[in-house]
Amino acid sequence: MSTPTTDLAIEASGLVKAFGATRALDGIDLAVPAGTVYGLLGPNGAGKTTAVRVLATLLRPDRGDARVFGHHVVREADAVRGKVSLTGQYASVDEDLTGMENLALLSRLLGYRKPAARDRAAELLAAFGLTEAADRQVKKYSGGMRRRLDIAASILNTPELLFLDEPTSGLDPRSRSQVWEIVRSVVGHGTTVLLTTQYLDEADRLAGRIAVIDHGQVIAEGTTGELKSSVGAGTVHLRLRDPGRRPEAGRVLAETLRAPVQAQADPVALAGRVAGDEHGVEAGQLAARALAELAAAGIVVDHFSLGQPSLDEVFLVLTDRPAEPATDEMEAA
Amino acid sequence: MSTTTATETRTPPAVYVPSAETLGAVLAPGVRPPRPGPLSASLSFGWRAMLRIKHVPEQLFDVTAFPIIMTLMFTYLFGGALAGSTREYLQYLLPGILVTSVVMITMYTGVGLNTDIEKGVFDRFRSLPVWRPAALVGMILGDMLRYVLAAMVILAVGLVLGFRPAGGVAGVAAAIGLLVVFSFAFSWVWTMFGLILRSERSVMGVSMLVLFPLTFLSNVFVQPATMPGWLQAFVEVNPITQLVAAVRSLMAGAPDAGAITWVLVAGAVLAVVFGSLTMYRYNRV
Repeated sequence: MSTPTTDLAIEASGLVKAFGATRALDGIDLAVPAGTVYGLLGPNGAGKTTAVRVLATLLRPDRGDARVFGHHVVREADAVRGKVSLTGQYASVDEDLTGMENLALLSRLLGYRKPAARDRAAELLAAFGLTEAADRQVKKYSGGMRRRLDIAASILNTPELLFLDEPTSGLDPRSRSQVWEIVRSVVGHGTTVLLTTQYLDEADRLAGRIAVIDHGQVIAEGTTGELKSSVGAGTVHLRLRDPGRRPEAGRVLAETLRAPVQAQADPVALAGRVAGDEHGVEAGQLAARALAELAAAGIVVDHFSLGQPSLDEVFLVLTDRPAEPATDEMEAA
Repeated sequence: MSTTTATETRTPPAVYVPSAETLGAVLAPGVRPPRPGPLSASLSFGWRAMLRIKHVPEQLFDVTAFPIIMTLMFTYLFGGALAGSTREYLQYLLPGILVTSVVMITMYTGVGLNTDIEKGVFDRFRSLPVWRPAALVGMILGDMLRYVLAAMVILAVGLVLGFRPAGGVAGVAAAIGLLVVFSFAFSWVWTMFGLILRSERSVMGVSMLVLFPLTFLSNVFVQPATMPGWLQAFVEVNPITQLVAAVRSLMAGAPDAGAITWVLVAGAVLAVVFGSLTMYRYNRV
């Protein structure tokens, strides 16, 4: 029951796309509010890229309907193309050309006249810190520079919807945070971003809402907060000094965290999921309490860390309980 | 995964710091220019082909070295045996070699397209709001420059070896013009294969399979009168035969209207049929 006040950038229902025997999309529904970052989270081969390609008019769905700002992606593909831009997983720029030539070419294809096209290209190169590299061939760029050029190419026409397909895979931490800053700026100026990622922390940092995709289906949808509370806030990893005390430590930990604890391959390591704010207690507090209990029992802890739930953990939880009511709750919310 | 390392990744980058201000300036929704027309979009893609030649001049190897070798090889290999003298054979062979070489080069259109798709740059082109065939038309327009270049190289080698066209400059120019127009039309066969086939190598393979019989089972090297009847029948309907006949007649200064018309009609049919198949495929990759 969506209220008519919120405009949808993307509205998809029952999208199916098969390649031979594999169903890359197996009935995907999406509702992406305009002006936000929406995350598609899933492992390799989950169907994220296929979904993006269908929505960007590059691929026709076998079944189902999708609209971008109200325009049908198959019947009104040209109208959709006028509003979207795509930065693919693989370089969607010409690596033999220079950065300047790439952007000038695309500017001309968007209708800028010759001198204006160069001006627009120069303006974007400057904003993305690529002025010095403007006359170098793209194949000589670093991974981070290439990705920046790719994104610059996508916002030449200030699109209303920007698709970013795994924008940070293979990038070093610094380049990743640069891309994150760029995404925030782009959204700050009213562009809707559909972002696919394999990293939960990336989706967490950028996206307002997330759809978790597996085997071509949306297995969970909601805000990052909703998703996390359904999965648990994180995982405690600890290493003991004395491997002999591990069983005892495991009991203490399981009791305080109220969650199962796994013994790791390393004889002194333990890992336990923190249930999070299920009981109104923050993950950090729970973890601190566990640490205090261990100290009280006289168990020496050499290393202790509290990390976010990994994508693996999200999947473990979501796929173990496929009929999880949390999904319905989130959709109702 | 620990909280300490998570805070470390938040340290500001030393080199490029995205600034909300400068990014905001380029994102400000200014007046969008009107969409380019079909011709302008195609020419922009043609410009891309020129830029690629500038950056990767090695790709001109096939339009320079290959035709030279073809001309020299066949002139001296067959010349003495078939026409008594190489110089005499050259008058018959050169227009044929010209056609063979240029038609063979058209297959690189398919190879180039296939590589582009593999690299992902075509995803961007296909998501642009421009006239749909523009990317392919532009690509072939760029290739036409290569065809002209190859034709010039062969002609130069021929003139050095003693080729003397009776049609003069006008005849030769008309012949090359007709050849390039036909090659433009013929290129659509390869764009289709470039879109259908999975790898560069398979595009090459199929091209050879089509091109070898098409160019050799023609009147390029020998007079069809010496062939068995069934082969003559094929050679007669082979568009390459008609093209060679037309080019020869133009270069000789005695235009064969029948052959020229046949070539133009065949070219139009090829472009319409394979152009449509290509675009059908292009919209559904």
